[in-house]
Amino acid sequence: MTDAAGSYAVTLRNLERRFGEFVAVNRISLDVRQGEIFGFLGPNGAGKSTTIRMLCGLLEPSSGEGTVAGLDIRTQREEIKRRIGYMSQKFSLYDDLTVEENIDFFSGIYRVPREKKAARKDWVLDMANLQEHRHTRTGLLPAGWKQRLSLGCALLHEPRILFLDEPTSGVDPLSRRTFWDLIYEMASQGVTVFVTTHYMEEAEYCDRLALIYRGELVALGTPSDMKGSLMADQVLSVSCERPHEALGVAAGLEGVRDAALFGRDIHLMTEDAGDLAPRLRQVLEARGFQVGTMEPITPSLEDVFVSLIEARDRADGSQQEFKA
Amino acid sequence: MSGFRFSRLRAVAHKEFIHVFRDPRALGIAIVLPMIMLMIFGYALTMDLDRVPLAVWDQSRTPQSRELVSRFEGSRYFSLVASPDTYRDVEEGIVTGRVMVALVIPVEFGRQVASGRKAQVQVLTDGSDANTTTLALAYADAVVKTYSQEILVEKVRRLTGRPPALPLDLRFRAWFNTDMESRIFIVPGLIAVIMMLIAALLTSLTVAREWETGTMEQLISTPLRGSELILGKLAPYFAIGMVDMLLSVLAGRFLFDVPLRGSLLLLFGVSAVYLVGALSLGILISAKAKSQLLASQFAFVATFLPAFMLSGFMFDIKNMPPALQAFTYLIPARYFVVFLRGLYLKGTGLAELWPQGLLMAVFGAAMLILAIRSFKKRLA
Repeated sequence: MTDAAGSYAVTLRNLERRFGEFVAVNRISLDVRQGEIFGFLGPNGAGKSTTIRMLCGLLEPSSGEGTVAGLDIRTQREEIKRRIGYMSQKFSLYDDLTVEENIDFFSGIYRVPREKKAARKDWVLDMANLQEHRHTRTGLLPAGWKQRLSLGCALLHEPRILFLDEPTSGVDPLSRRTFWDLIYEMASQGVTVFVTTHYMEEAEYCDRLALIYRGELVALGTPSDMKGSLMADQVLSVSCERPHEALGVAAGLEGVRDAALFGRDIHLMTEDAGDLAPRLRQVLEARGFQVGTMEPITPSLEDVFVSLIEARDRADGSQQEFKA
Repeated sequence: MSGFRFSRLRAVAHKEFIHVFRDPRALGIAIVLPMIMLMIFGYALTMDLDRVPLAVWDQSRTPQSRELVSRFEGSRYFSLVASPDTYRDVEEGIVTGRVMVALVIPVEFGRQVASGRKAQVQVLTDGSDANTTTLALAYADAVVKTYSQEILVEKVRRLTGRPPALPLDLRFRAWFNTDMESRIFIVPGLIAVIMMLIAALLTSLTVAREWETGTMEQLISTPLRGSELILGKLAPYFAIGMVDMLLSVLAGRFLFDVPLRGSLLLLFGVSAVYLVGALSLGILISAKAKSQLLASQFAFVATFLPAFMLSGFMFDIKNMPPALQAFTYLIPARYFVVFLRGLYLKGTGLAELWPQGLLMAVFGAAMLILAIRSFKKRLA
């Protein structure tokens, strides 16, 4: 384990966390390389926050092992806390303190050396673009600005690993974009970023992704891996008039796993697009629909995740039937 | 393992000072509430009985009866408010509460006294308030007995030519509170009650607030230690508590005229020890409750009621059932009330009061340790 821990920023082996009967995180194993942006993706309640909290020493694992910066997450929690930056899901600076007072407080807590304090404060104010608002009460700032300040406070002590739990939830798209620029900047300086999200477009920004669903690791790889090899189904894009009604017809066809509207087009998940396309055209035209183009497309990450999650649900379903 | 760092404690203390000074509610609890309590309890909680409203129905209208009435009027314990001339009026006075004691002097009173026979007077009181009635009756009894004795002395002097020597002569003097004013007795004890409540109420909000707003999660993710957090949080409230103490002492001296006979330094030293215990208790409650509302309610019940009822401040501990008496040993206000009364009224010091001082120190240390331990650095 120490070998692996040496070259990886984070390693997890069969990490598990139960709350009573409920298994929040179910035997997850993965490694995060140093300096990469690692996305932890999944719907709400999938176990993302629970995992990140175990890594940051906020929660004790029920079983399994893990390291952060080569340190054991069970026995060296306080050591880990000095080397990481953590941003929790809920905004967690003090609203009644000014921007500067919040920075000073965390600077004190992380024991930033006296000679570096002023420079680090300036760095955070520049980074968060809050130089002019240093004396503003933090509670009065817009959500996007607060997030940048939170990030800055988590970076005051120049940690090598940064854990961000849904850092952009509730933030407008433009601020979200700005925030990701900051994450890229951190990564370019060699900081490992472990970030959870449920925004698909954010997943595309990550070097590697883990998809987690109901506490289990469903897929692991780069975004392009996921869109390529991991996707068992093909996506057929159909343009057609009255797509809403056409969708109902298409969904009932044999070989269609899932059907959804994407703008004016219909996306169909199927094992074999080549087989489906002619049959579909025939059926739609017989019903009087004017059918336009019909082509297999590269799936979006969202397509991939929907497909993977549904595959998992089907597997669980058949297991349950089997048990019964 | 990283050890205790004063710099982190200082960062927490600084932040807490800002919280307090920007929160009008906290400042209200800190400064205004103790002063209001001191005023209300200091002025209202008097057990003295002065100027009992008295009605006199003098049926006799003789020099002898007027002499008796004038003795009642001359006493500072009674004030004549009505002169009814029927039992109906007497009854109405007592029923409406305008009159607490009614003195009825029968027609034959003057004649009987003058002729040296036994004379009777009637005193009617409102028995619905047993405590006050007992006191009022004792005052009335004293007035009547004194007059009765003087009649006797005069009679003997007339017969023998010189006044008799009375067999017994009681010379009474109440030490430490010569005028027997309950205010002098109440104010020092009141300080103990108020300090306990305010201190615990103030700190009961601090940890719970961090849980409610989510900042606690951020703190747990840092290298901050429990001792640094708790001691840092105590610092500003300790300062406020000592300011409250100073205000209470000043109010006691200049508003209530309660002299401090013992050492001022010892007073503040012991208050500091007591304060640490009370503040830590508040933190402990806050850490366990994790909600500001619950914590403040619990702090109120857990500190005010015991300090008020079971500390010996209001009710004598010796008169309580044994089980309750045993329980009072757990209440730090019990020791502080004794300490303050000793210090204020008798001017005693540590030579006599060290057991109380020691027990308060034990309480303070135990609460502080429990409060620090209550910070687990874990979410669940």
